[in-house]
Amino acid sequence: MHSTDAIIEARRQAEVCNACRYCEGYCAVFPALERRRAFTNSDIAYLANLCHNCKGCYYACQYAPPHAFAVNFPKVLAEVRHETYAAYAWPRAFAGVFERNGVIVSLAAAIIVTVVLVGVGWLQDPDVIFGIHTQPGAFYAVIPWSVMGGLSAVVFLYSMLALVMGFVNFWRDTGGRASELADITPLAQTASDVLSLRHLGGGGHGCNDRDESFSTLRRWLHHATFYGFMICFASTGTAWFYDTFLNWMAPYPITSLPVVLGCVGGIGLIIGTAGLFWLKLVSDQEPTSRRLLGADVALLMLLGTISFSGFLLLGLRATPAMGTLLALHVGLVLAFFVVIPYSKFVHGVYRAAALLRNRLELRNSTAPQRVLPAKPADKGETAEIFSASAK
Amino acid sequence: MLDFSRTYDVLVVGGGNAAMCAAIMARAKGASVLVLEHAGQSFRGGNSRHTRNLRVMHEEPTSQLVGSYLEEEFWEDLKRVTNGHTDEHLARVTIRGTTSAVSWMSQCGVRFQPSLTGTLSLSRTNLFFLGGGRALVNAYYATAQRMGIDILYDSEVEALEIDHDVVRSATITWRGFPATVKAKTFVAASGGFQANIDWLRQYWGDAADNFSIRGTPYAQGKILRNLLDQGVASAGDPTQCHAVAVDARAPKFDGGIVTRLDSIPFSIVVNRDAERFYDEGEDFWPRRYAIWGWLIAKQPGQIAYSIFDSKSAELFMPSVFPVIEAPTISDLAAKLGLDASRLNATIDNYNSAVQKADFNPQILDHCATQGITPPKTHWARKIDTPPYRAYPLRPGITFTYLGVKVTDRAQVLMNSGRTAKNLFASGEIMAGNILGRGYMAGFGMSIGTVFGRIAGEEAAAHALN
Ligand SMILES: Cc1cc2nc3c(=O)[nH]c(=O)nc-3n(C[C@H](O)[C@H](O)[C@H](O)COP(=O)(O)OP(=O)(O)OC[C@H]3O[C@@H](n4cnc5c(N)ncnc54)[C@H](O)[C@@H]3O)c2cc1C
Ligand code: SF4
Ligand code: SF4
Repeated sequence: MHSTDAIIEARRQAEVCNACRYCEGYCAVFPALERRRAFTNSDIAYLANLCHNCKGCYYACQYAPPHAFAVNFPKVLAEVRHETYAAYAWPRAFAGVFERNGVIVSLAAAIIVTVVLVGVGWLQDPDVIFGIHTQPGAFYAVIPWSVMGGLSAVVFLYSMLALVMGFVNFWRDTGGRASELADITPLAQTASDVLSLRHLGGGGHGCNDRDESFSTLRRWLHHATFYGFMICFASTGTAWFYDTFLNWMAPYPITSLPVVLGCVGGIGLIIGTAGLFWLKLVSDQEPTSRRLLGADVALLMLLGTISFSGFLLLGLRATPAMGTLLALHVGLVLAFFVVIPYSKFVHGVYRAAALLRNRLELRNSTAPQRVLPAKPADKGETAEIFSASAK
Repeated sequence: MLDFSRTYDVLVVGGGNAAMCAAIMARAKGASVLVLEHAGQSFRGGNSRHTRNLRVMHEEPTSQLVGSYLEEEFWEDLKRVTNGHTDEHLARVTIRGTTSAVSWMSQCGVRFQPSLTGTLSLSRTNLFFLGGGRALVNAYYATAQRMGIDILYDSEVEALEIDHDVVRSATITWRGFPATVKAKTFVAASGGFQANIDWLRQYWGDAADNFSIRGTPYAQGKILRNLLDQGVASAGDPTQCHAVAVDARAPKFDGGIVTRLDSIPFSIVVNRDAERFYDEGEDFWPRRYAIWGWLIAKQPGQIAYSIFDSKSAELFMPSVFPVIEAPTISDLAAKLGLDASRLNATIDNYNSAVQKADFNPQILDHCATQGITPPKTHWARKIDTPPYRAYPLRPGITFTYLGVKVTDRAQVLMNSGRTAKNLFASGEIMAGNILGRGYMAGFGMSIGTVFGRIAGEEAAAHALN
């Protein structure tokens, strides 16, 4: 990781925190910071991705602006975090997409959706597009299975490769070795950290989602988004299984597993993304970086729109609107697959990687270093005082 | 916007820990409460925003405290650190009061955590605030707002008018404009006077200009002065304050915890003339850190330099300011503005006095010097491994001891021996009754919390009677 203004500023603030340590109980970032005395660029990159942006340490900070030390750790770490997305992007040539990421992701999505819509309109007979299809394989009458499945698969596999390469870049840069990945315990602990969003708890009583007050709303909304996404994924997987192995083709009945999963997941995604978007709008802007808002919003909107178009398709699949809605939905999903490695989506990979690094560090660290001769302080400090009479 | 014609049941002067405890307690008893805080919202909370723990008595282990810490041991500790400059009755009231304070604090939204790394020695006696003092202050303000307590920031109380042992009204400056506020009872919780450099200069002369004030600049002691001038009895030695060594680059005010330096026992400390002046290794650092502010204050220019070599670089908590580093002692002297030949002489002298022994930072290792004055009695190692390093040091003032005299019901006493009928005090402004000298980690917050609660309860009872 190269030096940037954000990294230099984050290092300055980390040094204040390391001399202070009052926020030690909030999350994994502070104990990780305390395991170091000096911070390389890669250390800062690691800490930035370990931060879950709960903002607890901003409201608790005795050095927050307008104090001269101007410590605003959540904000500067968010800025660094965003820079790491570019620094670890694969291939390197695409690092630039993280500049003005909101615009780029939105544009890319719009272009891909348009291409799919125009493509379907151009290549397919209007009677087919605007006809009523309810038979098994109805969707493939509009967009052939080979095109829909093939294109998605190719793009998806590429995106997964790009994510893996991003992970590799992060892992190497933060001093990791491949052999470290072979150990089951830290991996399992990391999985639990990720699945429970352990560090989005503010040390137990919630985060500063909106302002100085504490809540667990953001955690629940993120859970809704994450698990909603996973359930939708499971829906797609089941459909693929039915189609490939049972030769049972979509559309499936309302009570079938793919539709039920899709509905549950879709509702989760809509609630989660809308809620997270709302939180971004109403929350105190001080500990956030305004210019990063676009990247967040673009991804949230894309995920929300996909779910919404999915519901539209489900509701109107027996009408002449099905063809157009299918093209829209497929276009959006395809757009999402394309932008996966070049959008805010990557935060999941780097945060998980940082959590894994944290677990490994915890395992390897011996008992915390006691830097002072620890012994007898509980016997009261000292009877001596600052006395004018002794002058 | 405040209705200045209204008469509140309780008016609280100040916005730190002691003030908020009193305000919340009074409101809980049904009183209408107004809090007047001199600072603006971002800097509310006085010195309390820089704290990290309070000392509590407990009979058995709790989720955050190990072992037990009983009244007698607590009292013995206090007696020792104050050298007897305490009031046993008030002290025991405080000590006992800490037991019920903890659950009350939790109800007010204060959260606790295990003791911070580097403070393991306090894990039996001191309860740490999750996120530190500012998080605690935030919790109290949120609770106060929820309960309907009126809070005014940027509101300096200039005077409390006492007439026949009764406070009639408060004169305030609110956002720069003068106003008068009426209340049935008053709680003075406005802290010490350590930020009032002119006042410090009365005892310290020009040396006071070189002090760094570790906490809030709002601790001007205006109400303390005002009350003492109106015949209120005082407690605690006016000439004393708690002072530690801080980095000389610390800001004049509000540097807080990060400016303190723990390098001294593993270094030698020289003054402006490049001469040593005190045994750096006299005892464990937690037992000695509070004399160094005073020692440095007596040096010319109130400045000193802690000098060590690369062997000792990682033995203490990292400091917030960068260490000053040089390949040779002469270069280091140049960077510090010290006379190079004198510094070389001091270090040569010290090095040749160092005896071979087993250095161990965890114990009193008796690695001592021989034949120099002052000696260094522990952790003395040759300073011979470049790069050489230094931190500049100044006295950092934590708080002053002078306060108003109170009863065990937090009622303020007059010089006449009578109590002021409707005036109560809590926190730093009355801590001198109990902590007449010395210091014991976490006890300031214990006093403020216990007496804040008493003051609030008593003030409400008096007002509603
Ligand atoms: C760096 C540092 C660390 C410390 N750490 C600890 C610790 O860990 N544990 C511990 O027990 N103690 C600690 N102390 C001591 C502790 O801060 C005090 O004992 C305690 O905060 C006193 O509380 P208080 O409410 O009386 O005063 P303060 O918290 O100082 O509050 C005084 C309030 O009064 C206001 N005020 C002053 N004058 C006026 C006026 N005229 N009108 C209106 N408002 C006014 C101020 O703005 C302020 O809000 C520390 C002190 C410092 C400086
Ligand atoms: S965020 Fe502020 S209060 Fe928390 S550890 Fe850092 S400097 Fe200390
Ligand atoms: S914002 Fe939250 S997760 Fe990030 S460093 Fe601060 S306390 Fe930790």
